[in-house]
Amino acid sequence: MELDAPVLLSVDDLDTLIATLRTDGYRVIGPTVRDGAIVHAELTGVGDLPRGWTDEQGPGSYRLHRRDDDALFGYAVGPSSPRRELLPPRHRLWTAVSDGDVGFRVREEEHVPAKLALLGVRGCELAAIAVQDRVFLHGLYEDQVYTANRQDLLLVAVECGTPSGSCFCASMGTGPGIDGGADLTLTELFDPHRFLTRAGSTRGQELLAQLDHTGAGAADQDERTHRMDAAAEQMGRHLDTTDLHDLLLGNLEHPRWDDVAERCLACTNCTLVCPTCFCTTMEDTTSLTGDEAYRDRRWDSCFALGFSHTGPGSVRSSTRARYRQWCTHKLATWIDQFGTSGCVGCGRCITWCPVGIDITEEVAAIRATDGRRAARTGASP
Amino acid sequence: MTIVDTPPQRTLTTRPYVVSTVRQQTHDIVTVDIRPEREAIAFAPGQFDMIYVYGVGEAALSISSDPAAPQLLSHTIRAVGWVTRALNHLQPGTTIGVRGPYGRPWPLADAEGRDLVVIAGGIGLAPVRPALLAALAQRERFRRVVLLVGARSPRDLVFRDDLDVWAADPAIDVHVTVDSAVRGWVGRVGVVTKLIPAVPFDPEDAVALVCGPEVMMRFAAEGLIARGMPTDRIHVTLERNMRCGVGTCGHCQLGPTLLCRDGPVYAWPEVGELMSVREL
Ligand SMILES: Cc1cc2nc3c(=O)[nH]c(=O)nc-3n(C[C@H](O)[C@H](O)[C@H](O)COP(=O)(O)OP(=O)(O)OC[C@H]3O[C@@H](n4cnc5c(N)ncnc54)[C@H](O)[C@@H]3O)c2cc1C
Ligand code: SF4
Ligand code: SF4
Repeated sequence: MELDAPVLLSVDDLDTLIATLRTDGYRVIGPTVRDGAIVHAELTGVGDLPRGWTDEQGPGSYRLHRRDDDALFGYAVGPSSPRRELLPPRHRLWTAVSDGDVGFRVREEEHVPAKLALLGVRGCELAAIAVQDRVFLHGLYEDQVYTANRQDLLLVAVECGTPSGSCFCASMGTGPGIDGGADLTLTELFDPHRFLTRAGSTRGQELLAQLDHTGAGAADQDERTHRMDAAAEQMGRHLDTTDLHDLLLGNLEHPRWDDVAERCLACTNCTLVCPTCFCTTMEDTTSLTGDEAYRDRRWDSCFALGFSHTGPGSVRSSTRARYRQWCTHKLATWIDQFGTSGCVGCGRCITWCPVGIDITEEVAAIRATDGRRAARTGASP
Repeated sequence: MTIVDTPPQRTLTTRPYVVSTVRQQTHDIVTVDIRPEREAIAFAPGQFDMIYVYGVGEAALSISSDPAAPQLLSHTIRAVGWVTRALNHLQPGTTIGVRGPYGRPWPLADAEGRDLVVIAGGIGLAPVRPALLAALAQRERFRRVVLLVGARSPRDLVFRDDLDVWAADPAIDVHVTVDSAVRGWVGRVGVVTKLIPAVPFDPEDAVALVCGPEVMMRFAAEGLIARGMPTDRIHVTLERNMRCGVGTCGHCQLGPTLLCRDGPVYAWPEVGELMSVREL
């Protein structure tokens, strides 16, 4: 949805945008440098953005470097994702208050609608929000916590000019360019340093109307196209999605699962950095006196042994079964469950895996020795 | 007491119910009868609740009582861990939390005009009991009603009162067997699935509801298919770890399905193959 002709914003205009949002009562969350990584934090102005930084990513590795320009968005995605803001890693659901005897009543947590603005959101992250929307908004019921954070969410997106060595959004059709899904979408352009800006909603239009922008010309638009083409070329990784669902589900006993299980530490990192992962568990605690009992929800991971506990033991006790669950869920059964891929190609799981396991490489290996083909021709994989 | 039709939309919040009786079924299984503090919520046979014990946690438990009387709700619980052990030691008058009912029920209407075959292993009688009670309440709608019950030993049989009543009732054809007998047991010995070939029902025009350990359900399905029952008339109910019950916690996945949302009751063609994949 593109409402008006694109405009140009300067770095100062962007600073004004952040200030305007903050005056309107928004908590503005965006990228900033901390502990050698680009993470999400509350922004007070353009000065908090990672100006002049870029990242170098690959399987199991992440490093920041200086750029030779003043780019504000000259890097790919870091370990944080919008998921943290929409369904925080741990939150209280309710408290049971004892009546001092054998009874109790329930005091619900109030889930006040948040005034939250996410700035610097990438195409893959917009796609990830849409994936989580299907789970928490469009499932059997609306999740109250997610809804409270999501309903007034303001999205200021940025097209990716510098994909990393782990990125494969082009394969998943989620980036690097953006076609709607955000209130405002920026493309960072240089010489002079400016942002080609498109409104994707009436809220975005209203925000633009408050800023001192100039119209964008054909040359600006051409530069954007050029940059996006270059970015797509620069994608560090590629995933062949042809027949992917059936390929994976037809290879549940493929020897590659044993192979990856030898390497995987079941550390849960990949699930904690993934922007679409939604699994949670419940935790019950009581106050010291026992007068109150608390029910909290926190992120969980299918790599944890206890995740699949039932009476007779864990259903997925081997690492092989847990990696297979994660990978086939992301790329295949998610489609059955929610009508969309569970992977948006952001590459986080590749970068943040301590042993550098690469989902694109695992899938390629299975494709290269497709057990279904072997079964048909009678050859062993 | 008013009875409402739909579960409340604030789905992660538990509602207080008061324990009225705790009935010991076996050495590690009890049936807990509870009454809502406020309105009762209608349920269908095969559905389950998330039951909360103060300060301990929640467990997914099938409703084992009569759907005609949701104001007195029962769950039948084997003590295997924290919550289920606490539920096995409840005193009448205690408040527990309930949210639900959740899940796809048994397709009892599909069995109308046909033979209804119910096969239960051990505590598996609990989730099919509401279906049996509902069928017996409208007995004329079904042709034969057949119940096959198996347990490890006579002391592991649940709902013995019901079994005694039904054994004497011509409306239902009950067959009980135990894996290993003890002195004084005069009934059948052997696994429940061994009964399938000989029991009188019309496999081509019957619907089967099966609940028990997964291996037992696999053998039961095989036995029924061997007798000529169409696979899509065989229904099983599955169990996985379950945290939310409303399709958002991810724990109850079985390949392409979420048990709480798409199950726990499934037609055999939906899950038969999935159940044969180890550690899925
Ligand atoms: C739809 C559905 C319907 C169900 N219906 C019924 C029913 O009608 N009746 C019934 O009795 N059950 C039923 N169940 C099963 C029931 O939900 C579980 O038995 C229950 O959740 C166990 O909870 P718990 O807190 O008692 O056990 P937990 O304490 O969670 O433990 C469960 C099992 O895992 C083991 N375990 C737990 N934590 C660990 C650990 N850290 N390390 C090693 N082992 C561990 C325990 O020893 C135990 O065997 C149903 C399940 C589902 C999904
Ligand atoms: S599976 Fe990996 S690449 Fe795909 S969305 Fe999750 S973290 Fe990103
Ligand atoms: S794939 Fe890598 S990040 Fe994921 S659990 Fe295994 S070792 Fe950890």
